[in-house]
Amino acid sequence: MRVETFLRHSARRFPDKTLLVAGSTRLTYAGFDAQTDSLAAKLQGLGVARDDRVLVFMDNCAEAALAIYAVLKAGATFSPINASTKADKLAYIIGNCRPTAILTQRKLAGITAEALAGRTDIAVLVAGTPEFEAALATPTAPACHGGIDVDLAMLIYTSGSTGRPKGVMMTHRNIDAASHSITTYLENSADDIILNVAPLAFDYGLYQLLMAVRVGATLVLEKSFAFPAAIFETMRREKVTGFPLVPTMAAMILQLRDHSALVVPTLRYITNTAAALPVEHIRRLRDLFPGTALYSMYGLTECKRCTWLPPAELDRRPGSVGIAIPNTEAYVADETGHPVPHGTIGELVIRGPHVMQGYWENPTATAERIRPGRHAWEKVLFTGDLFRADADGFLYFLGRKDDIIKTRGEKVAPKEVEAVLHAIPGIAEAVVVGVPDPILGQSVRAIIVRADPSLTEAQIIRACARNLEDFMVPRAIDFRDSLPKTDTGKVSRRLAVELLETA
Amino acid sequence: MIIQNDIRHFIIENFLFGDTSHDLGDDVSLIETDIVDSTGILELVGFVEKTWSITVKDADIVPANFDSIGRIAAYVANNAGQSAAA
Repeated sequence: MRVETFLRHSARRFPDKTLLVAGSTRLTYAGFDAQTDSLAAKLQGLGVARDDRVLVFMDNCAEAALAIYAVLKAGATFSPINASTKADKLAYIIGNCRPTAILTQRKLAGITAEALAGRTDIAVLVAGTPEFEAALATPTAPACHGGIDVDLAMLIYTSGSTGRPKGVMMTHRNIDAASHSITTYLENSADDIILNVAPLAFDYGLYQLLMAVRVGATLVLEKSFAFPAAIFETMRREKVTGFPLVPTMAAMILQLRDHSALVVPTLRYITNTAAALPVEHIRRLRDLFPGTALYSMYGLTECKRCTWLPPAELDRRPGSVGIAIPNTEAYVADETGHPVPHGTIGELVIRGPHVMQGYWENPTATAERIRPGRHAWEKVLFTGDLFRADADGFLYFLGRKDDIIKTRGEKVAPKEVEAVLHAIPGIAEAVVVGVPDPILGQSVRAIIVRADPSLTEAQIIRACARNLEDFMVPRAIDFRDSLPKTDTGKVSRRLAVELLETA
Repeated sequence: MIIQNDIRHFIIENFLFGDTSHDLGDDVSLIETDIVDSTGILELVGFVEKTWSITVKDADIVPANFDSIGRIAAYVANNAGQSAAA
């Protein structure tokens, strides 16, 4: 089934129920359905047709949620772009997927204009402007687009080890499969009220919206976890039942001194993904939220979610990310792609209806991840993550096969950061690595050899901040006379990590 | 104004790495403008605690007290010296 059809069904079942709370905005299912119809018609009026790409470049505002469903109702494919994306990368994405339109908001209109560099063939619609407000307020039904559920619903850009973002292609059917599986094991229902602070441009945040709409639940959308006490206050006020976390948020919660601020009597479950929670953090979270089920999960954008640990298993296997989600398979494979016995380390392989179609117009990168599986007629997803299974088949994440850094739950390709560093005058050589950090999971660090000795750490970090999303900016710079190299003279990230850890 | 300037200086040095081109008016939201990220607020709280000898209660770490230079300064003015008096 197409994703927007779930919205229409839920709007018919619960017209007066609150779908979305975002700041001071509250929208019912009927209201959200009507406004997305109107916005879809507006997009069609701007020239958006079936299968066109439309960028949604916004933070976690109500308009972002409306934009996503409006694009689908227009028959097009949405691509959510992180609000901290800079003009260079946005320009790359525009060049890569050639969108017909960009939906953005006032504070990002400047970056959008910079990325477009004078191009006028792409329609830009800015939330908060009279044109956008009028589009939402004019009741119009979009024209029938003729799309079906094997059409692309979204293109989510993800960091690649090559340093250029790649667009993960997901069909409506992929989303239907993933959201059905996840809402099944989380036992979501129309009674749920989910509070989400993860960016809608990150599939974890995005699926909170898609899943809430699917089951007729309420989504409370927040922009940031900067003020945990305020978020908990909102959770109590809105009677929140579900709270998705990433490890950095858990670490921030555990730093709070006054635990009475954390009481949310209605909270049914907490989920964690993006990176593993330290076992000690799991134990302390369970002490703090005794009546709440804690789900440890693991996934990647290329298939949304891979595994979940049933909360009842948490005591026995706190370090495990569990078993395959319903209606999928997950197994550990050797170099040739064959399953290995339990206990043996190998690459995790995922088989199921949620696996992506590939990377947008990138057959080489697609062929590395999507390969023949158990049967000659099928393709499965090679995750690039190293795992082992215990005797009962429960899976344990061990590390990445490539150099991708996970910080604050976001993926950072060292090459992407190094490309920016190498463009700074006065830098001779640079290597970027992730070092363990109690709050961030991993902290992005750079080792640099200067050609110009007067170059300072602040100058370098500032140059990075102008060109990279905030989570990619190195936290600290180490100046050296040479980079750590292997015997064959290749720059070694492993040695660089050791150098920083012992420094 | 001295409190505001100390906070502004800390933000420029620690979050903007010396870049003074951002609008850092007293009323500018630090979060909405992405000047300070979510983990940065905790660093700001640590700075306030150390500089003005204040123990900031978790319940006080809310936008009304910490989302702009003006609000932080007002919070400091209202709470400074509390530990000395205690």
